[in-house]
Amino acid sequence: MNAVRRGLGNGLVQAFLVVVGLVWMTPLAGLFLSSLRSAEDTANGGWWTVFTSPGQLSFDNYSALLENAGISQAFWNTVLISVPATLLVVVIAALAGYAFAWLDFPGREAIFLVVVALLVVPVQIGLLPVAKLFGQLGLFGTIPGVVLFHVAYGLPFAVFLLRNYFAEMPKEMLEAARMDGGSEWRIFTRLVLPVGRPAIASLAIFQFLWVWNDMLVALLFADSASQPLTVELQSQIRQFGSNIDVLAPGAFVSLVVPVVVFFAFQRHFVQGVMAGSVK
Amino acid sequence: MTATLVKEASRGAAVGAGRERARRSRRRARIIALLFVFPALLLLGALVVYPVLFSVGRSFFDASGTRFVGGENYAEMFRDPATLKAIRNTTIWVVVAPALLTGLGLILAVLVEKVRWATAFKLLLFMPMAVSFLAAGIIFRLAYDEDPDKGVLNAAVVSVHDAFQGTSTYPTARARDGQGLAKGTDGSYRTNGTVSPGESVTLGLVGVLPADLPGDARPAYTAAEGKAGPGELRGVVYLDFTPGGGGEQGKVDRRESGLPEMTVEAVQAGKAVASTTTAADGSFRFEGLDDGSYTVKLPGSNFAAPYEGVSWLGPTLVTPAIIGAYLWIWTGFAMVLIGAGLSALPRDALEAARMDGANEWQIFRRITVPLLAPVLTVVFITLVINVMKVFDLVYIIAPGPVQEDATVLATQMWLVSFGGGNNQGLGSALGVLLLLLVIPAMVFNVRRFRGSQR
Repeated sequence: MNAVRRGLGNGLVQAFLVVVGLVWMTPLAGLFLSSLRSAEDTANGGWWTVFTSPGQLSFDNYSALLENAGISQAFWNTVLISVPATLLVVVIAALAGYAFAWLDFPGREAIFLVVVALLVVPVQIGLLPVAKLFGQLGLFGTIPGVVLFHVAYGLPFAVFLLRNYFAEMPKEMLEAARMDGGSEWRIFTRLVLPVGRPAIASLAIFQFLWVWNDMLVALLFADSASQPLTVELQSQIRQFGSNIDVLAPGAFVSLVVPVVVFFAFQRHFVQGVMAGSVK
Repeated sequence: MTATLVKEASRGAAVGAGRERARRSRRRARIIALLFVFPALLLLGALVVYPVLFSVGRSFFDASGTRFVGGENYAEMFRDPATLKAIRNTTIWVVVAPALLTGLGLILAVLVEKVRWATAFKLLLFMPMAVSFLAAGIIFRLAYDEDPDKGVLNAAVVSVHDAFQGTSTYPTARARDGQGLAKGTDGSYRTNGTVSPGESVTLGLVGVLPADLPGDARPAYTAAEGKAGPGELRGVVYLDFTPGGGGEQGKVDRRESGLPEMTVEAVQAGKAVASTTTAADGSFRFEGLDDGSYTVKLPGSNFAAPYEGVSWLGPTLVTPAIIGAYLWIWTGFAMVLIGAGLSALPRDALEAARMDGANEWQIFRRITVPLLAPVLTVVFITLVINVMKVFDLVYIIAPGPVQEDATVLATQMWLVSFGGGNNQGLGSALGVLLLLLVIPAMVFNVRRFRGSQR
């Protein structure tokens, strides 16, 4: 009797979770199917009509997207912003993380506490002053400007994460390397970086995603020649209905990269997002 | 003696040289250490610390930045209706979203443990975390479209509504003036005169396109010819329009169609005493009516405009709608984090409770939730911090005219500083407010870190 009830309960749980799963998939499926329909079809009926008339589906929107100079430029800008911003954060934070964990310099503890405090500083507070600063430096409206801003606001978390990871390394390992006469640089590149690979991977994925998906920072710091995909698409959103044949495939292209990264590096991804959520 | 002295001296010199070398190498080590941290400190100092200080200072100056106004910008924040609205909406966000997410995450984390495909489910729900707010915004702009023929949400709402309420078949139908039917204030029609059992009536309507007629509609002519039996009140509802012309107004002509599935009521002394539905040829009949005079009524539900669903992105619902999109993105996060806490729970406590005959609900209430409290707190706080800074989703999903109804602190800060407001004094004050709101989290982080170092 109990087993029957438990079985029934489990059946209900399964059914409930299936429904939740379907609900979660529907918006994404809707976007994908919409991206395969013409603006005219979208104006005349919902994406679910493709199940009765699959003739609407075509990749025309995507080939049009390839021809669209603005969109392809924006796509490359996104790459040109995300990749350097990720690499720079990883390198700079790894250097600093190692120093905070194992090297001796005045004010080490106090400075690191400041870094911890900076973890939750909202990006918004930096927009105006940094815009002024970049204006004076000629970085406003350029890709390097966007990259630098992302690097700076990614650093507190990156340094925090890597310092804590490096600090877990056994002391004997480092002392042995120093006894062998290895320079700090050598120890850093040959020992610390390889040992820190899991944390570095999580950090890199989190930072890449953060920058790739950003709209706010680029909205201010990029001009029309350097703007990434998010900003380019955002500028077309006012005429949502008539631009849907650009917006839907554009949004899909912009999300397909992070989703592929997500499935390729599930574990690092989840760890990175978990750790980075304090931001 | 001298020799020893010399020896001593030279040893002293050697120690001195050793000390000197040690000091030099320590200095070298410090310089190297500073070189390691320098890039990070430079960027953090110039682009994070300095801007924070600058914004705090700037928030005490007016829009042009030339006149010191003290706390005026902060006072303005609570006077300006738009900013006040933003504060109110951010409060709604902070009160509603983290609690919902933590609750939903907890329920799903507990339930998903019971199925074999837990990993697949977790992946599916976590995936939206990889999607940008912009893409999510576009996804939900589509889903929330007001037209039930375009927005999936309204399509669902309308079909559920229609399944329970039924649809009106003739939203456009109306009666010609002076043809014996009077329109009521509730959209219904009733006969001007009265009828008694044993009589029959014809009720002619117009305004229905032949193409909009139900497929099973038949001509009403034969039914209109039929005579009512004793104690029977009968009649026909028909479309008083002959396709292709001809025909006479107010009469059932040969080719004129009946209007099936129309609700008809017999009314006596203002009360509906009987109700029926017309057949394919538009005919209806009431049997077993008491003698007396009746009016025949076509209730307004026959002519109601079709239900159009919910205006998700209208001024009243826009914030809940955007919170809905936010739930889609963050539920997986809450579920996975709580799930990790769940798998770290002591198995014996749960097993012991089960042995004692506790049911699943009691175990959940009395054991799982209290033991999970620290994890739930971390999830909740994390979400509060993130919710306070929400920007993109509001900026993208709220359509232009509704933008000011949906505005939150981050979007308001943007609008005031860069989006036309051009008041960087007030903008800076809003930025500082955002910073002040996360200071508790800042203190919490620093405390926790110092605690972990002891």
